[in-house]
Amino acid sequence: MEMRVDNLSVARGGVPVLEGVNFTLSAGHVLILRGPNGSGKTTLLRTLAGLQPPIAGHVSADPENITYGAHADGLKATLTVEENLRFWASVHGIDSIDAAVQGFNLTGLTHRPAGNLSAGQKRRLGLARLLVTGRPIWLLDEPTVSLDTASVGLFADAVRAHVAGGGTALIATHIDLGLQAETFDISPYRANGDRATPSPQRDRYADFDEAFT
Amino acid sequence: MIALLVRDMRLAMRAGGGFGLGLAFFLIVSTLVPFGVGPEAAILSRIAPGILWVGALLACLLSLDRIFQLDFEDGSLDLLATAPIPMEGTVAIKALAHWLVTGLPLTLAAPAFGALMNLQSPGHYWIFITLLIGTPALSMIGAFGAALTVGLKRGGLLLSLLVLPLYIPTLIFGAEAATRGTAGLSALTPLLMMAGITAGSIALLPFAAAAALRVNLR
Repeated sequence: MEMRVDNLSVARGGVPVLEGVNFTLSAGHVLILRGPNGSGKTTLLRTLAGLQPPIAGHVSADPENITYGAHADGLKATLTVEENLRFWASVHGIDSIDAAVQGFNLTGLTHRPAGNLSAGQKRRLGLARLLVTGRPIWLLDEPTVSLDTASVGLFADAVRAHVAGGGTALIATHIDLGLQAETFDISPYRANGDRATPSPQRDRYADFDEAFT
Repeated sequence: MIALLVRDMRLAMRAGGGFGLGLAFFLIVSTLVPFGVGPEAAILSRIAPGILWVGALLACLLSLDRIFQLDFEDGSLDLLATAPIPMEGTVAIKALAHWLVTGLPLTLAAPAFGALMNLQSPGHYWIFITLLIGTPALSMIGAFGAALTVGLKRGGLLLSLLVLPLYIPTLIFGAEAATRGTAGLSALTPLLMMAGITAGSIALLPFAAAAALRVNLR
């Protein structure tokens, strides 16, 4: 599954954040998305996921093939780990959650309510959801927040297995995941990146973008 | 879609889910009105259908902001928007879940609560029928209001103000049908008008609510 992004411009709150973004995400490869805080990584990922329309440009992939892993895990505190995963699995028409449970080492936790998990365990459950969507393109926004080293390793293994199976992943992260991956820096595409004086309004929106997590 | 319905029902039944909130409020209204109005049986039985309708409507209003707000806050709504279920389907299912945990219990309880207000004999039947037909419209209109206000922190006040005028036609026809039926008159016209509002809401508002949600998720 390949995703080609042509001349994409994205906006947050009506203010252009990135302009003229071009890259290709090819099957079997991982692309690491880099850029300073507030540079528009989240906005770009949300646009690619189809949650907001771009102001210009084209994305070749159908949103039906994309799964988006946001800062928020979308977990229900009163449902158990198993119920949370089973729900997303059946929404996506997947029968088995075993691979997801084992892949993120959740085996002993399946009957615990998600509200009783630690931050790292919640994050692992949120990432396990990716495996029950069955979708080839993963767009991940800071997936390793609150994960310990061992869990980052589990996550890297899951990404490796995913791309080995013909999938692909675009991951916004600030840490080294130990993956064979190219890096895509979005800084050159920032809207009016060459402006001499910073616009207070634009910077306010940029801060807002980061605060919106 | 069934999975979404099961999840929403399960969440409502679990601790803090809000099931029973509307019902408890409805019971409180039905209990307090006779104290406020006084013990005159004739007056009570005359106002009973209207009071029951107003009570059911307010009880319904109480839990509207839960329809989308919690899913918005924990990120589930983003994930549902990118899931294979169409947004319109998500809205319809969530409105249905709201009706099953709020509107349906209110409908079933109303004839019994009517006894507290000396509701006369055919009245039990009529209050049940009118609420059964009318409460789905309340849930659907409410889901539309909730979709409009989903991004707002503490949007409950705005939601109530937005939704109240939209509830008025349902209330007028519902209470009118219940009052006429209880008095032994023909209630067909207001009943059909209310059924029309319900059918129209169910047919049109999922699309409006889905559009509002898409805008709010940007």
